[in-house]
Amino acid sequence: MATQGTSIWSKHQIFEKHSYWLMLGILIVISIGGLVEIAPLFYLKSTIEKVEGMRPYTPLELAGRNIYVREGCYNCHSQQIRPLRDEVERYGHYSLAAESMYDHPFQWGSKRTGPDLARVGGKYSDLWQREHLHNPRAVVPASIMPSYPWLAQTKLDTKHLAADLKDLKLLGVPYTDEMIEKVQEDLKAQSTTDGDTSGLDKRYPKAQARDFDGNPGELTEADALIAYLQMLGTLVDFKLYDNQANVR
Amino acid sequence: MHETYLWLATFAQTWGLVLFVLGFLLVIAYVFWPSKTRKKEFDDAANIPLKED
Amino acid sequence: MSTIQDPIRTPAKALRFGEAGLLVVFAAFAFFAIIVAAKAYTPAYAFHAYLFAAASIAAVFAIGNRYMARPAGPVPQVNADGKPNYNFDVVKFCTIAAVVWGIAGFLVGVIAALQLAFPVVNFDLPWISFGRLRPLHTSAVIFAFGGNVLIGTSFYVVQRTSHARLVGDLAPWFVVLGYNLFIVIAGTGYLLGITQGKEYAEPEWYADLFLTVVWVTYLLVFLGTILKRKEPHIYVANWFYLAFIITIAVLHLGNNASVPVSVFSPKSYILWSGVQDAMFQWWYGHNAVGFFLTAGFLALMYYFIPKRAERPVYSYRLSIVHFWALIFIYIWAGPHHLHYTSLPDWAQTLGMTFSIILWMPSWGGMINGLMTLSGAWDKLRTDPIIRMMVVAVAFYGMSTFEGPMMSVKAVNSLSHYTEWTIGHVHSGALGWVAYISFGAIYCMVPWLWNKREMYSLKAVNWHFWVSTLGIVLYISSMWVAGILQGLMWRAYTQLGFLEYSFIESVEAMHPLYVIRAIGGILFLSGALIMAWNVWKTITMPEAAAEQSLALAPAE
Repeated sequence: MATQGTSIWSKHQIFEKHSYWLMLGILIVISIGGLVEIAPLFYLKSTIEKVEGMRPYTPLELAGRNIYVREGCYNCHSQQIRPLRDEVERYGHYSLAAESMYDHPFQWGSKRTGPDLARVGGKYSDLWQREHLHNPRAVVPASIMPSYPWLAQTKLDTKHLAADLKDLKLLGVPYTDEMIEKVQEDLKAQSTTDGDTSGLDKRYPKAQARDFDGNPGELTEADALIAYLQMLGTLVDFKLYDNQANVR
Repeated sequence: MHETYLWLATFAQTWGLVLFVLGFLLVIAYVFWPSKTRKKEFDDAANIPLKED
Repeated sequence: MSTIQDPIRTPAKALRFGEAGLLVVFAAFAFFAIIVAAKAYTPAYAFHAYLFAAASIAAVFAIGNRYMARPAGPVPQVNADGKPNYNFDVVKFCTIAAVVWGIAGFLVGVIAALQLAFPVVNFDLPWISFGRLRPLHTSAVIFAFGGNVLIGTSFYVVQRTSHARLVGDLAPWFVVLGYNLFIVIAGTGYLLGITQGKEYAEPEWYADLFLTVVWVTYLLVFLGTILKRKEPHIYVANWFYLAFIITIAVLHLGNNASVPVSVFSPKSYILWSGVQDAMFQWWYGHNAVGFFLTAGFLALMYYFIPKRAERPVYSYRLSIVHFWALIFIYIWAGPHHLHYTSLPDWAQTLGMTFSIILWMPSWGGMINGLMTLSGAWDKLRTDPIIRMMVVAVAFYGMSTFEGPMMSVKAVNSLSHYTEWTIGHVHSGALGWVAYISFGAIYCMVPWLWNKREMYSLKAVNWHFWVSTLGIVLYISSMWVAGILQGLMWRAYTQLGFLEYSFIESVEAMHPLYVIRAIGGILFLSGALIMAWNVWKTITMPEAAAEQSLALAPAE
């Protein structure tokens, strides 16, 4: 041990006396773990399950998601149900990797100051969501969530939404040229009650179209956020999902 | 895949853990073992912050 | 240098290369920023563009003024007495910035804690609602307070242990001022709703790009100073600083790889999505803890504890093993933030295994730090600054035991998503990071401003005890809160139904949130005592220093 030790300790001098070697050594040593853990996730096919029903967000949902990110909802709400008995009973089927495959960035969260939202879509009415965003304590007296009264009062900025879709397409989200072209049309169709939704339905199956914020005259941030919340976790039909086909 | 995982997980949580604790104790014993290997150099290096300038 | 200048030998005053180059770069950048501001998609982004423009114009004026005021010729590398002409001005700046940002960050933390206890504190205002304030708190304490401590101390330590002046004339100033501008951009961005939505990496693409430029300059200045060292050996603290600088650069680039919607838009979308993005995020997130909050501050431990205790580090051989083992193993631990999620099991298992192994180098380092005091344990009683740093190392040991334990999947299934995580983070952040930083600040302020000692060691003692009480309240309330939460969520009635609704678990948190807020207020109060003490130390005449030092022998 002593002789072996001697050689190791003397060889180590190269790092103690040459900053470039030290730098190189650090770079190599810190790269290994990251490479082993991250790189396979991009090529192992089993990483993301094969499911039916996943589609990119509609323009309105995407705008809502951006508001969700902007307000920092992820600081208190997770979007990731773990396969534990109590979670599945409380929130629904455990989350699949496929369900967030178009999420740039992912919003799994790390903290549940409030409940998980991965499958909040359809759990509450639009009216409930609207009142809850306006003043959470009006519908849940013990809630500690901040009120978001400005959402219903702020007009949704949709001017550059097509650029957002283009950007996401570049990153691999399967938006088609048609989807990018018809952003304003789809926005209108999804946020009003009397619009023609046939094009929207074709491009975005299962898209829910209505006036979400109870103010048909105006397209507000509340419309977008509620549209996003109401679709969360609703795309994959778990009656058709084959768990065994995706054992990892 | 699943079996490999189970095996790895079991090993990591039992014998793997024991091995690592032993390894830790060995490393600690080794670095504190009185030895003359580069002792003077290391003593000098350790004194760098204490040198007046 | 003689005071009477020899007209023949004095070189004609001219702009140095760096001065001329930076004048051009800043002027061009100001012009560019104004164009961006004019065409910005949102007012918040225009505000940031104008901020960049104003900073660039200020830089042009500052460089010009500095040129007018400075003597001709290159920067002298040694003083008249033959000692290195250390560049301590940047260190002074970082020290003050750290104290100021620390108080700001702790204050925002207290407000956020109060918001959770009493939601009315959100005041229904977008800018200060919890979702925007929480990133402001984490960034302010980690990057503003911690970052200034790390940059400041690294510039101090690398000079003292290399016996050489920092390389670069304007570069060190660019690093510290640029870094603090980044903090302002990031912080005001959160309040205005500009965020990437990735924890601890919230700043948007333009702030990230700017930080990259600052960070590369930082690496060059640090490395260049090491290259100029008079000692053949690179002292161990500098290895840790170097690992911190390099790894943070790698992490920053990996986790912030995003494509902006437009150069006129603050919004960008991250290259990664879903499960891969999650892995990237926690590879980044956990190693921000590992390399920013651990490796960086271990460098402080390896310099300031030996220096203050006036004895060398206990085992230099252990420090070598500690270094390589720590940086190799830390990088693997990220997936423990994703236990039982959609991340594949193999990655979770790797993360857990390495997290448990990580306990070993962590404790190896702790042993090395604590044992440095062997033979001088009485200093714990007599020197409150040593005590602060040693308690920091003890907290480090506690957190690095708790961390591996929480990374075991069975424990994590209870602790994840709960306040236990928050308690764990704060035992590390308040107990370890902040305490070792306070210790270093208390050491450095008298050294930098040429005083014999802090204005009042009694006040240091008060700071220590008030803060310690705050930490104890904070972490114990969060432990109770976290375990209570975890147990309530998984509680079943005898009939097999979930026993509690979610909101019942929220209600149960209230008293614990109040205790946590009180703990935070105490910790903030301690920091205010420090700020007062630092101020008094800097402004006191040297004579006062000697009077306040009860232990100093009469001369």
